[in-house]
This record gives sequence, structure tokens and C-alpha cells, in this order.
Amino acid sequence: MMMGGRPGGPGGGQGGRNVFAQRRGGPMGHGGFMGLSAPVERSKDFGATLRQLLRRLRPEWAMIAIVAVLGSASVAFTVVGPKIVGIAMNVIFDGVIGKQLPSGVSKDQVVALLRARGQSSLADVVAGSGAVPGVGIDFARLEPVLAIAVGVYVLGSVLAWVQGYLMAGVAQRTVYGLRREVEDKLARLPLRYFDSHAHGDLLSRVTNDVDNIATTLQQGLTQLMTSILTVVGTLAMMLWISPLLAVISILTIPLSFFVTIVIAGRSQKQFVAQWAETGTLNGHVEQMHSGHALVQVFGRRQSALEQFSTLNARLYDAAFRAQFFSGIIQPAMFFLSNLNYVGVAVIGGWRVASGAITLGDVQAFIQYSRQFTQPLTQIAAQMNLLQSGLASAERVFEFLAAEDLTPERDPNATLPDVRGHVQLDRVSFRYAPDKPLIEDFSLDVRSGETVAIVGPTGAGKTTIVNLLMRFYEIDGGAIRLDGVDTRDVPREEVRRAFGMVLQDSWLFVGTIRDNIAYGKDGATMDEIVAAATAAHVDPFVRTLPDGYDTVLEEDASNISSGQRQLITIARAFLADRPILILDEATSNVDTRTEVLIQEAMGRLRHGRTSFVIAHRLSTIRNADEIVVMESGRIVEQGTHEDLLARRGFYHDLYASQFAEEVGTEAEAVTAS
Amino acid sequence: MLLTLLRRFLPAYAGPVVLVVALLVVQALGNLYLPNLNAEIINDGIAKGDIAFIWRTGGVMLGITLGLVVLNVVAVYFASRVSMGVGRDVRAAVFERVQMFSAREMHRFGTPSLITRNTNDVQQVQLFLQIALTFLVSAPILAVGGVVMAVREDATLSWILVVVVPLMAVVIGSLMVRAVPLFRAVQTKIDTITRIMREQITGVRVVRAFIRVPAEQRRFGVANRDLMATQLAVNRIFVLAFPSLLGIMNVSTVAIIWFGAHLIDSGDMPIGNLAAFMQYIFQILFAVMAAVFMVILIPRAEASSQRILEVVDTTSTVAEPAHPVTPAVPTGAVRFDDVTFAYPHSERPVLRGLSFSVRPGATTAIIGGTGSGKTTVVDLITRAFDATDGRILVDGADVREQSLERLWSRLALVPQNAYLFKGTVAENLRFGRPEATDEELWQALEVAQARDFVAAMTEQLDAPIDQGGTNVSGGQRQRLAIARAIVKRPAIYLFDDCFSALDAATDARLRRALHAETADATVLIVAQRVSTILHADHIVVLDEGRVVGAGTHDELMRTSEEYREIVESQLGAAAA
Repeated sequence: MMMGGRPGGPGGGQGGRNVFAQRRGGPMGHGGFMGLSAPVERSKDFGATLRQLLRRLRPEWAMIAIVAVLGSASVAFTVVGPKIVGIAMNVIFDGVIGKQLPSGVSKDQVVALLRARGQSSLADVVAGSGAVPGVGIDFARLEPVLAIAVGVYVLGSVLAWVQGYLMAGVAQRTVYGLRREVEDKLARLPLRYFDSHAHGDLLSRVTNDVDNIATTLQQGLTQLMTSILTVVGTLAMMLWISPLLAVISILTIPLSFFVTIVIAGRSQKQFVAQWAETGTLNGHVEQMHSGHALVQVFGRRQSALEQFSTLNARLYDAAFRAQFFSGIIQPAMFFLSNLNYVGVAVIGGWRVASGAITLGDVQAFIQYSRQFTQPLTQIAAQMNLLQSGLASAERVFEFLAAEDLTPERDPNATLPDVRGHVQLDRVSFRYAPDKPLIEDFSLDVRSGETVAIVGPTGAGKTTIVNLLMRFYEIDGGAIRLDGVDTRDVPREEVRRAFGMVLQDSWLFVGTIRDNIAYGKDGATMDEIVAAATAAHVDPFVRTLPDGYDTVLEEDASNISSGQRQLITIARAFLADRPILILDEATSNVDTRTEVLIQEAMGRLRHGRTSFVIAHRLSTIRNADEIVVMESGRIVEQGTHEDLLARRGFYHDLYASQFAEEVGTEAEAVTAS
Repeated sequence: MLLTLLRRFLPAYAGPVVLVVALLVVQALGNLYLPNLNAEIINDGIAKGDIAFIWRTGGVMLGITLGLVVLNVVAVYFASRVSMGVGRDVRAAVFERVQMFSAREMHRFGTPSLITRNTNDVQQVQLFLQIALTFLVSAPILAVGGVVMAVREDATLSWILVVVVPLMAVVIGSLMVRAVPLFRAVQTKIDTITRIMREQITGVRVVRAFIRVPAEQRRFGVANRDLMATQLAVNRIFVLAFPSLLGIMNVSTVAIIWFGAHLIDSGDMPIGNLAAFMQYIFQILFAVMAAVFMVILIPRAEASSQRILEVVDTTSTVAEPAHPVTPAVPTGAVRFDDVTFAYPHSERPVLRGLSFSVRPGATTAIIGGTGSGKTTVVDLITRAFDATDGRILVDGADVREQSLERLWSRLALVPQNAYLFKGTVAENLRFGRPEATDEELWQALEVAQARDFVAAMTEQLDAPIDQGGTNVSGGQRQRLAIARAIVKRPAIYLFDDCFSALDAATDARLRRALHAETADATVLIVAQRVSTILHADHIVVLDEGRVVGAGTHDELMRTSEEYREIVESQLGAAAA
């Protein structure tokens, strides 16, 4: 009888399967009875966020109005139902009493007779009823009343269904639009945004938070409205039937709230403890699994187990207490509800006996008072849901409000066929305004030349890539492609001139064919195979059971990292751009594949202007220009010989990094 | 799956479970008795104007309620004990099992997935059990009991229940049959959306460089529309459930009144029983509804159970020997004796007929790439994997015949990806030997060229390290990992390509210091960078899983084509 609100509906997959995605909402994810659940993260500005969310619902306002009308009507019908049933009960009661009375006398005579016999309370009952002595239940009167009751109930249900049906459309369309907006936003954000925000947090905003909003819209809003209307309607009916009985029922409300708050407060504390323990245990599990090999070889298996047992036992204690305390609420509410029932029955019985109220009304009242507590507890749960939905909405809106890319100077400008002449003219750039990084940097790369970018790890070698591709905008000077300032044409035009192979070989879940074809819209199979062949992809693809249709898994565990890299090279081959950006780094790649990668990259560079993040002596030595970077800044530039002769940073870097190789090289040279 | 899991873990709690079920039965019976009292209050109290009777019966009613509350609290107590206890046990079983896993099983599942299985999935099962032991068990009792009581109350009227209860079951059943697969579909589609978003965020440079933004938006659009359609379908089914159940209940109330009125009129039933009947209907309805909403949890708990069972039912491919041997003379020597290793279902073995020796007191280097089986050599020594064919001898005994703990006590490993644990620098360093003194730690840091930066930290040895070691740089992490191995003072050091994040100068200094420190120990360095191993006492060249050359650098430059090729590829043509 006392359910704690509707448990998690189908709205959206909040109960994230991803451990890392659960930074909020707590490990319980969903559920939580009687409005008890994870401590809800509150939005910073409830009102503003709510307004913004409602603004997003504006295209649906007509539908929402219909939903509201239908919802109110449905609640009205549902609320009025018991009263109508009460009328029917009165008809029956009248019949029952009337039948007990001798026929042929009037009701007033019977009452007088009863009083004379001293049966005053029964006299009151008869006086208060509509009984006709000697006449049983008036079915002719009962029939239409019950017919109306059926109509009211059926209508109430149908309206509730239509309302839910329509609201599902409103909610899903709105969330669909929100997702699309988020997706569009991703395309408009500058790279700076991606680089300065943790990807996990960003991803959580655009997925988990949006799902959470979906759940809130689908379940929270309509149910909140329905619950509030039901409470108001029920209260009104109760007051209408009997203010005295209503007072009794209303008295139990603060009592229920008090009980809930006392127990919920305690159990909330236990829940907090449970989440804390869960976090600690998860941390331990995460570490022991991540460092699995170390735990074994360093002989720590036993101690890892012992520590796990301790943490597991603590989690058990906390979880048990949390479950137990929250579990008590329900029986407590059950008791209060029955207390209320007895109160109503006693007072109601006395009022019926004194003829002040009809039996049907008492019956109806009992039903109202039973219905009363349920929406109340639901409101609490829904407020929580709304809170967490708004906190999510706030984060999504924050994301949507982030600054866009600077607008293009001329969105319609085009870049003629690029031959590959790249000029950097007194370029200056800084990531942070107060930290000068690249100042007054000039470089002239003629078509077909190779520029090597070298420097220790973390020296910011990708900065130049960022500027060339307009991932970041330069602060001063100009970058020109075949003499055209790259800022005078849209970014897409600039990027169309570049092919790119990065160290982080990004591939998506899809077939090898689609991944290679990523480089060129509408590539034919012949072109794909040609590119694959040039990049040494073809031979190993042919050994795979599904060949080019092999689906790369999310972690692409079905092919090696070297093979992944080769696929990205094939992609660049297919794209066939006049200018190349290559990251030579090959980590975790076996020597054979490494040689293949090198060969493929060499072939790819042929006839193209190339910017190579260089790790190999061969590339560095043969480069037409070497750009040396250190802690984000360009410290030297020139040819290999120039730079060595200068005996500056490059010389030192070269000497240290390739110390032994240089020695070997010298020996080898002497030997030959 | 869920049943299998429960069958395995629930019997330990048989006592409490029986008690909970018994309590729930009693409670359900009590709940079913209450409408009787209601009927009496109406029949003999309200209808007759007998206030004293109302008080009395009301008192009894409150007394029963109170008793039920006590029963309920006790039931919740034991239900919580059971569900949380099962959760604890399952968690422990998963963790213990994973602890026994070899690298093969770790790879098969993947670390993130194992973490999820050990935490979230267990939570799902635990939540399900808690709810099952409170709502799910009492639902059928209430439903059946409600029918029984109603029949007892008045057999003529109870045919309504006999119609209504199956009707509810049919309505709910047909809704659920359609909704549950859709729930699953929604989850998959949300996963797809998340995956596409993740790809777009991590691959933002590639997407933009290849001017694929419109194509990505189309791809996302398709997934988004797909998700919306499925969400809409599932929600539209779901919004039917509540109103239809409520409608059935309300209409059957009216039916009870209509048919009841006839019985009352003919004097076959007292009026109060009408109220009792209505309450039974309520009770049954709420029981059914509670059960319905719990049913929604089943697919999720089911999926979680399956993922848990997969782990728990996986036995490690690396087994502890039944009769472990302890080598008489622990020499520290390592020998590969015609070793072949292949991953299951792979056509080509990673290592083929590998034979070589690692001498104590000397540095042996293995050069080659991961694909060519380089790291696998280390994995076979630590028994992360077992050889498919041939033997690996440590201290002269087959590694498979030694107890795992004994074998591991001889080794120290510095893996490719230096992993540090949350805690302090000292705790990390003492990982292999908890009793090491601070002095020993400093000495190890000195050797690992890590003394300077640790000394520069304000808390020094007590400086906090984040999970994974993310708060120190890659090079520092690697040096701490090396120091950790040194602190252990093992007989055999295994360095798996761990010098890559160091600059050459540090690398050189470290290797010099290490050479002195490990003079008596066996050192095996697996490397990719030729410069790292130039001065090793012995170099083994691996190519495609075979030994293609062995000797010193100078010897190999003369004798090994493959070695020269590697040197050339790294140092440029002139170097060779």
C-alpha cells in the first residue's frame, strides 16, 4: 500500500556502466526509496537554470499546455472518483438501513421511535441517512452513480495515458534537440577548449548530464505536477467532506515529515558513509587491478587481499546501516498511515453515529487520506530528481555558453590549388596572455621541402602544428599558404591543404575500409586499396578474416598499435594533400613494423611539403630546415650543419640525445 | 545468470533468507487481516453507531500494525544483512579471483572492465537482492493471499478478483515483454552516442584536419534520431502501465460495489465487507505494481550477474604447482630452453624455439619490438603467461614447478609503463620490501637518479603520490619504479623497456650506477633503443619471435644482419 514513489522509470540510462562516469549521483545511481538517494548535487543558481531549461521547452509550449490541461483534468477525475463512489456507498447504506426498518412508516417516525427507546445513536444514524423505511437498495439510483464513477475513472486513466504519451514526445524531442545542440557546439568550440578541459569531464557533460536531463524531463516534471495537483485536490476534497476529519489527517502530515526527517537524516549519514567507503574500496580495486603484474611480482597479493577484506568489511557495515535505516522509513510510514486510519474511523464513526456525516463520505475520506501520503513522499523524491536534473542542466548550459571559434573574416573565400609554399612571417603566439611563447618567428618553406621540429618531450612541438592548421589562432604576424594569409580563408580551406599523421593514432569504431576512407569523401575501393598498399596496410589486412571489413574495436585490441599507425598513414595517403604533418614517434611498435612505418612515411613525404615532429637522425639530418623547441618556445632554427656549428641548444640536445649514436656514427664513418 | 549467481552465494545466508521470507509471509498475512478489521469497524461500529467498538477494534488494529512494523523492521534488518553480505561476498570472490589471474586473463577482460565488474556490477546485484527481499517476495504472497482472503470473505464476489488479477498480470506481462528488450536497446544506443561523442572529443584534431565535421554530425545525427525513436517507444509503452493498472483497479472497485450491492440487498453480505474487498484490490494492485517496477531491475541485474560470473568462472591459465620444487642452489640464472609461445587462436606464435641464457652477475639485453616477442620474454619469466612449448628455468628449476610466491620473491620488475600506487614515495618504494629502512630508500633513489627530485619535495619520502603516479612526470615515475625494484634487492632484475622516458644523460648515469648496485644480480634489460643496451654483456636479438643473433654489440655488428638493420633504422644509414 505504501510504495515509495515510482522507482526509476525508463527515462535514460543514469545508472552508468562506466565507473569513471559516476563522479556524481553516487554509486547507487538510481533507486533510493522514499526520496532517499544519493546526496544530490545542487545547482548553483536554481532559478536561472530552471528558466533556461524552460526556455528550451518553448518550441513545445502548445504541447505542454495540452499536457498540463490533460494532466489537471486527469487528476481532477481521479480525485473526484472516491467522492462519487462515496455517493454510491450512501445509496447502499440507505438501502441497508431502510430494509431494517418496518415499512409503511416515515423516517421521522422511526427516528422518534428509536429515541423513545433510548437508541439515540442509531436514531442519529437513521436521521442522517436518506433511508426510506422498508425499502432496500435503490438500484435505479445506484446505477447512474456507478456509471458516472466508471466514466470518471476510465477518463482519468485515459487522460493520464494521453498526457504521458504526449509528454514523452515533448521530453524526447527536447533532449534530442539538446543533444544536437551539444553536437553542433562541439564543432564550434576552439581547440583551446578541448585542450584546457579534462576529456572525462567534457564527455560526462555531453552524455551523462544530458541523459540526466532526459530523465528529469520525462519523469520529473509531469509527475511533480501531477503529485502537487493530487495533493491539492485531495486536500480540497477532504476539507469539503469534513473539515474535522481533514484536520486529523493533516495532523499526521507533520508527524510523517518528522519521522521521515529523523530517520532519513540518520540514514542519509549512513549513505554518505557508504559512498565514502565505496569510493575507497573502488580506489583500491582500481589500483590493484591496474598494477596487477606489480602486485604479483612484488609479492603483495596477500596484503592486497587483506586490505581489500578490511575495506570490504567496512563497506559492508556502512552499506548495511544505510539500507537498514532507509528500510525503516517504510514501516514507520505504514504505521502512521494506519494510525491516521484508526483516527479517521473513530472520529468518522462517531460523526456517522451522530448523523453529522454519511457512511459513504467516511469511506471516501478514508480513501483520500490513504492517497494523501503517497504523492507527498513522491514530491520529495521528484524534487530531488529535479535538483539533480537542474545541476546537470547547469553544467550542460555552461558548456553551451563557452566561447565559440572566432568568426571567419570571409566565410566564402576559397584557397586555390595549394602547391605547398608555406611562409610563417614574424609569427607570435602565446597560450596564456602573460606567458610569451613564440615571438617574431619566421620560416619560409618552399614546396616539397621538409621541416623537422625537434626538442625534448614536452617542449611543445605540436604548437607549430596547432598554428599551421589553425587549431589555434596566431596573435601576431601571418601564416601564408602560397602567399594567401590563412586567416583570410575559412579554416576548412586551410585544413584541406594538410594531411596529418599523429602519434596518437586516432581511429573510430568501424571497418578498416571506413577508417582509411576517412581521408577522402566518397573514396572508391580501388583508391582505398591503393592507399593501403602504399602504407603497407594491405598485406596484414588480407590476413584478417574479414579483410577490409574488419571492424576495429573501441580499444582496437584486434590490431597492434603499429598497424593502427599504418592505417592512419594510409588515411593520409588517400587524402593526398600537398602539405603534410607527421609525428614520427613510434612507441610500442615492433622493429619490423617500425621500418614499415618509416618507409611508408618516407613515401608519403615524397613530393610534399612536410612538417615532421622528428625523432630520427635520418629525418633531422636531411631536413631542409630544423626548428628546435624547448619548454614551449622556439629556441633555434636552421639546417643540421648550421645548428651543429652554432654549438647551441641543438648541439647539446643532439649530443646528449644521440651521444652514443654519434660515437657509433663516428666509428662507423672511420671504419668505412 | 542471476539465478546461477544467487544459487552460489545465497546458500550461505539460508537461515536469514528463510527468516526474512517467513517474516514477510506473516507480515503479508497481517496486512491481509487488517481489511477484516476495517470491515468490522464499518459493520459493527460505524453502521451501528457503536463508538466503543470502534475504539476497541481500532486499538486491536493499531496493535497489529505495531506488531507488523516490528516484524517489518526485523525483516529489513535481515534482508539488509543478506543483500549487503552477498554483495560483500561476491565482491571478495571477484577480487580474489582477479588476484589469481595471469596476464592473459587480464588482457582478455581489460582492466577497466574488471574494475566495473568488481564494483558497479556487484552493486547492481546487491541492490536487486535488497529489493527482492523486501518487495519482490511479498508481492506474490500479497497477491495470492489477497485472493484467498477475498474468497474466504465472500466467495460470490471474489470472482471479480479472479478476473482482475490475471488481467493485471496479462496487461503488465504484455507491456513488459515489449518494454524490456527496448530498455536494453536504449542502453546500447546510449552507449553508441557516448562512444561517438568520445571519439569526437579525443579525435577532435583528426576530425577537423580531415574536414569531417559535417560527416561526424551526420553520423551523430543518425545515432541521435535512433536513440530518440527508441526512447520514445519505450516511454510510450511505459506511460501506459500506470494508468492502465489504476484504471483496472478503479473500475473493479465499481464492479465490487455494483455486485456487492446486490449481495447486501439480499442480505448475503454485510456492508463492511465491501470496504474490505476494495482494500484487497488495493493491496494486490500495489503488490503487483511493486513487483512490476522491480522487474525493470532484473535485466540490469541479469547483465551484471553475467559479467560477474564470467570473472568468477575464469580460472587462471597460470596454475600453482601441486608439488612445488624449491631449487637447492638459488643461482639467479635464467634459461630459456626451446621456448615457443603463442596466444590462443593466433596463427603465428609470438616466440618460436627460443633458447638463451641469462647469466648471474651480468647484464643481458634483449632487443626487438613488442610484436617480435620482446616483452613476452619478461612475461614468461614472471609467469604472466606460460610457455606453449619448452621450458623456462629460474635458479635451475622450471618456473612452472616452483610456487608462484617463491618465484616472484626472486624477481623485481620494472614494467614499460611505470605504475605507482596512491600513498607516499616511501610506501611505493617499500612495495617489495616493507621493512626497508629510510637509508636504503635514499640509496635506491640515488642509484635510480631520483634522489634530487625527491629531496626537492617538501615532504621528501613522505611526499604524496597520486593513484597511478600521475602527479609526477613520466621520467620521475620511471625512476621511482626503478628505485622500487632496487629496494626489493632481488636476485633477478627485469627491466622492460623502462628507460625510454629518460633523457640520454640520465639514462647513462643511471645505468652506470645500476651496474655497480646490481653487480651480483642477474639483470635482464629489454629495450627498443639501441643506445640503452650498447654496453650490455650479452645482447640477444629477437626478430619475429626467433633469436637471430647473440653476442656483444661489436660482435653483432659484424655477424647479425638484423641487428645492423635495427641500428640503422634508429641511428640512420651512416651509423651502420
